[in-house]
Amino acid sequence: MNPQRRILVIGYGNPGRHDDGLGPALAAAAEKLAVPGLTVESDYQLCVEHAEMAARHDVVIFADASLTGPEPFFFEPLQPAGASTFSSHALGPGEVLALAAGLFGASPTAYLLGIRGYCFDQFGQGLSPRARFNLAFAVDFLENLLKNDSWSPRNLPLRPAASTASVCEELPCSKVSP
Amino acid sequence: MVAAKNGCKKIVIEPVTRIEGHGKVTILLDENNRVRQSRLHIVEFRGFERFVQGRPFWEVPVLVQRLCGICPVSHHLAAAKAMDLIVGAERITPTAKKVRRLMHYGQFFQSHALHFFHLCSPDLLFGFDADPAIRNVIGVAAKYPDLARQAVLMRKYGQEVIRITAGKKIHGTGAIPGGVNKNVSIAERDFLLKDLETMLNWARSAVKIARDYTVEHLDRLAGFGSFESNHLSLVRHDGALDIYHGNLRAIDAAGNRIFDQVDYQKYVDYIAEEVRPWSYMKFPFIKALGPERGWYRVGPLARINTCDFIDTPEADAARKELLSLSSGKPCNVTMAYHWARMIELLHAAEKIKELLHDPDLQGTDLVVTGTRRSEAVGMVEAPRGTLFHHYRVNDDDQVVMANLIVSTTNNNEPMNRAVQRVCEDYLSGREITEGLLNHVEVAIRAYDPCLSCATHALGQMPLVVELVNVDGQLIHRLARGSDGTILALGDPGGDNRGSSDE
Repeated sequence: MNPQRRILVIGYGNPGRHDDGLGPALAAAAEKLAVPGLTVESDYQLCVEHAEMAARHDVVIFADASLTGPEPFFFEPLQPAGASTFSSHALGPGEVLALAAGLFGASPTAYLLGIRGYCFDQFGQGLSPRARFNLAFAVDFLENLLKNDSWSPRNLPLRPAASTASVCEELPCSKVSP
Repeated sequence: MVAAKNGCKKIVIEPVTRIEGHGKVTILLDENNRVRQSRLHIVEFRGFERFVQGRPFWEVPVLVQRLCGICPVSHHLAAAKAMDLIVGAERITPTAKKVRRLMHYGQFFQSHALHFFHLCSPDLLFGFDADPAIRNVIGVAAKYPDLARQAVLMRKYGQEVIRITAGKKIHGTGAIPGGVNKNVSIAERDFLLKDLETMLNWARSAVKIARDYTVEHLDRLAGFGSFESNHLSLVRHDGALDIYHGNLRAIDAAGNRIFDQVDYQKYVDYIAEEVRPWSYMKFPFIKALGPERGWYRVGPLARINTCDFIDTPEADAARKELLSLSSGKPCNVTMAYHWARMIELLHAAEKIKELLHDPDLQGTDLVVTGTRRSEAVGMVEAPRGTLFHHYRVNDDDQVVMANLIVSTTNNNEPMNRAVQRVCEDYLSGREITEGLLNHVEVAIRAYDPCLSCATHALGQMPLVVELVNVDGQLIHRLARGSDGTILALGDPGGDNRGSSDE
């Protein structure tokens, strides 16, 4: 990794909601990589102060669980985006970038790492087996990205040879309500 | 989604799933397209009480923070207060009490600042008829960058108070059964003092914005989603506002006491919860009045109404000015919640200042214990209102029963009433317009309901609106997209992304 480049990984989600904890789990794994110049943040959700944090970095990777994205994960560039507020207090990653630009004059290069999860609708700790499987791929990918400084979605790994469903047993709570 | 009976039809505003940021509004119309009934469905803390069963009691103050990403400190402290009693700590040490209070005021400061900037100020600064494309946090940042920057830094300051008192910004462990596990060092105190005067000034400005807006628009706001109600909160023994500890007081819409100085260990003698088949969320009410008349409001406006005074001078002056709207009687204007919230923001800043100058924060007597109990209730005033935590613990130190009544649940009936009022005033004809959605959102946001107990994974839409005729046919459907755009979803063959034709 280019040591001059300040990189921030923000893993967000609620570990008390099973696979919603994929973002924080990715953050915990990233911390263990001990990559110089890397800052790791873990939180329940994105909020306005993350804009200020993002503004202090050159590259920001937002890591979150994905309800419907491809398995095992996707990785794509992010741009600043508009806001939607109903009653939630959370921001989307695009909103964080928009605030970083609007309030702090910073435009870090940003990516979204969406890790596919399955089990969201109950309280409980621990990832489902399939989510753990997907997380392992995402962590490998991130490690390669950070250590080889290869910043392109083209470097995404191919889909695993075996379907995640075929190698993992289902949790009861994987019957997530639509 | 739709029911047609008694000549009525339902309009459903529904979430794609029960996840963070989603609500569901069902509007029941009569044959003349007038609103007969509206219902608001919000995610309940489904399953949490069961999840905590079997866990060692000392884990609970940390575990419960998983309930919420916005006010984990409220759950942390309410659980810790219950577990104080479980370990027999009837009175914790001055240092423990003040560190916890500082943590709580820090949380109020950050939570109220976040609400004001992120959810409330777009409505106030742009007007709630404004295009949602600009009536949002990004719009505020573009048009009022100084205010927006202030709000971000206020939120950050509150988070720093929490980090110093709880050990971490999230998943803090500061409060433990019987006390706290750390004090506040001189260096930490000085770090917080450095920006305090700035925070106080910004809090004063926020009160002024909310006050000026409310007074200037009172003609319109007075009736918006408003109704008379009972109010409930903790108050100190002398009647002062106290968000960390006190006894329960309930008043009616005119300010008459329903009960006062009730020890919250006995809350079950005074408060009951009604289950309704259409909602996951219970409906609490004052037992003596029954479910029809006993529902009540909690949160900033309720606290301003129930307390006799605020023990910090600037917030108390602001409280008096707010209550002058109603000639000193309780204020029942729903939109005055925002003003009340900013008064509490200022109060929190004043209390942080008071505490930071208290040498007890550097004390080293942190934990006490006593005679073990098997059952206890912990209660605090969370930013959104009164929060009840009730536990039973067995001889093996395992939790065997947990009952939580959270602030948003306490405000369940009032939020339904507010939505009903808005629908009556703004729904016309057979279509749900974007304008109606905007007004429903504004009414709900006044209560700052916390939906963060659920999840928020990628790929969801905050709000979906469906209009179905009496035959069950979908005739119109709108969704608020995650980027704020309106998605027209009426085409059965697929979703059409684009602007609404409203």
